[in-house]
Amino acid sequence: MFELSNYHIQVLAFMGINIILAVSLNLINGFTGQFSLGHAGFMAIGAYTAAILTKACGWPFLAATLAGAMLAFLFGLLLGIPILRLKGDYLAIATFGLSEIVRVAIVNFDDVSMKLAGYVGMGDLWPKEITRGALGYPAIPEVKSLLWIYGWAFVTCLVLRNIVRSSEGRAISSIGEDELAAESLGINTARYKTLSFAIGAFFAGVAGALFAHWVTFIKADLFKIDKSIEILLMVVLGGMGSLSGSVLGAVVLTILPEYLRMFAQWRMVIYPVLLILLMLTRPEGLLGKRELSSVVAGLFTRARRPAAAAAT
Amino acid sequence: MTAPLLEIRELDVFYGAVHALKGVSIEVRPGEIVTLVGANGAGKSTTLRALSGLVTPRAGEILFDGASVLGCDPVDIVARGLIHCPEGRRVFAPMSVRENLEMGAFLRRDKPAIAQDLERVYTLFPRLRDRMGQAAGTLSGGEQQMLAIGRSMMARPRVLLLDEPSLGLAPLLVDEIFRIIRKINQEGVTVMLVEQNAHMALRCAHRGYVLETGKVLLHGPASEVEKNPQVREAYLGA
Repeated sequence: MFELSNYHIQVLAFMGINIILAVSLNLINGFTGQFSLGHAGFMAIGAYTAAILTKACGWPFLAATLAGAMLAFLFGLLLGIPILRLKGDYLAIATFGLSEIVRVAIVNFDDVSMKLAGYVGMGDLWPKEITRGALGYPAIPEVKSLLWIYGWAFVTCLVLRNIVRSSEGRAISSIGEDELAAESLGINTARYKTLSFAIGAFFAGVAGALFAHWVTFIKADLFKIDKSIEILLMVVLGGMGSLSGSVLGAVVLTILPEYLRMFAQWRMVIYPVLLILLMLTRPEGLLGKRELSSVVAGLFTRARRPAAAAAT
Repeated sequence: MTAPLLEIRELDVFYGAVHALKGVSIEVRPGEIVTLVGANGAGKSTTLRALSGLVTPRAGEILFDGASVLGCDPVDIVARGLIHCPEGRRVFAPMSVRENLEMGAFLRRDKPAIAQDLERVYTLFPRLRDRMGQAAGTLSGGEQQMLAIGRSMMARPRVLLLDEPSLGLAPLLVDEIFRIIRKINQEGVTVMLVEQNAHMALRCAHRGYVLETGKVLLHGPASEVEKNPQVREAYLGA
């Protein structure tokens, strides 16, 4: 029987984490139409919170994951209210700034929190090392389980599918389609935009926690804008506004760079060229706004039609 | 004379430094069609945006059914039955015709009444019934305009604010849209109609207001406004 090597398992793990990231970003960027470049920031919040809770506080993995995700959710909720008043490019820049702030805050957390604790006379009680700054956070308890990752990926897809199909999801899609029209119908656009931003942040937090416990060493530099753009690429490639598209985008863009390893230093030339070609031929993404199920159903009806015509 | 259902008093709106509305006062009585005509930039759309809470006026008062709606949230204004059908159709392209119509009733929870209103919209616009399951983006311009009006009707308007419903439509469709506006009005919906097509609008309406650079130039019964030499020269090309 075919044995999975450690390498294959690693790729599968990152694929699952990327699925969670892409599907949750699609809620914000695709369905709600709010261009966010800050997903890596929320991932970092989830990763660090969960890692600190399992390692330093001895929390169980699931509880730490949920705590990290909840913190990301709260950040999304609080920061979404002012930030989501911005539109288009301005929103993209603000969300990018947001994730940079998270990154810089993680790097400087120990120094600043130590001093603050000192001011209120708790300097002796305060732990010296919390995030360990630019050195990175090592020796996180290992949870190398594809079951956890794909379990969460399944939960993410299921929850987001239910949200998108609900009446709230319709409101969210209508904002993405035409914000002014949605507002004129009495849809509370600020509320639904913030909610979708926070829900997206929650699952980015989950992905961060899973990632931290898989690689067991994290540092703030892993959650820079490159990561946000990588996730964005998966969403755009799969099709904005298609959940199964994001899954497909995550799968393709996790595997593709691995296959390109055989071209060694040409890899980073071929990869962008392939992306450009794909976008030229399918600017709406692989699935556009459709879901995989309807595309497959469409193939069947198309295949059946000539047969029916022949019968008459 | 009956009390006005919608009353705008001395409204001032600014876009940054631009003074878009300068002390505009308009009254709409129940059951009327009142039209706002005027050139581009006269402040017609701004008036509607102020009414539906999309822009906040600097001064003035807006009374709807005796209560102030000035500075209210658009959600509250829609809930009270003052419904704005914005310019340019703005249908939700990937959603089906039926889903678009259901979005119009988003704030409502009275399922049987919603079903009734859906039937009413399909009766007003039989073409929409034929295209029920079709994606709104695939409709023709005229059908999209019908859908936009139908979607607003699903919110059960007491006053329907229509912004340029005839914009970019073929003459035959323009006639049909105006016929439907009169029909909606006969069913008891008060209509405030903003139009660049002053000729058609004044024929359809009971009363008319002429706006020029943010001020009301003149107002009166639509037939009189239409006959006014100044209006004829400026807007009717006669």
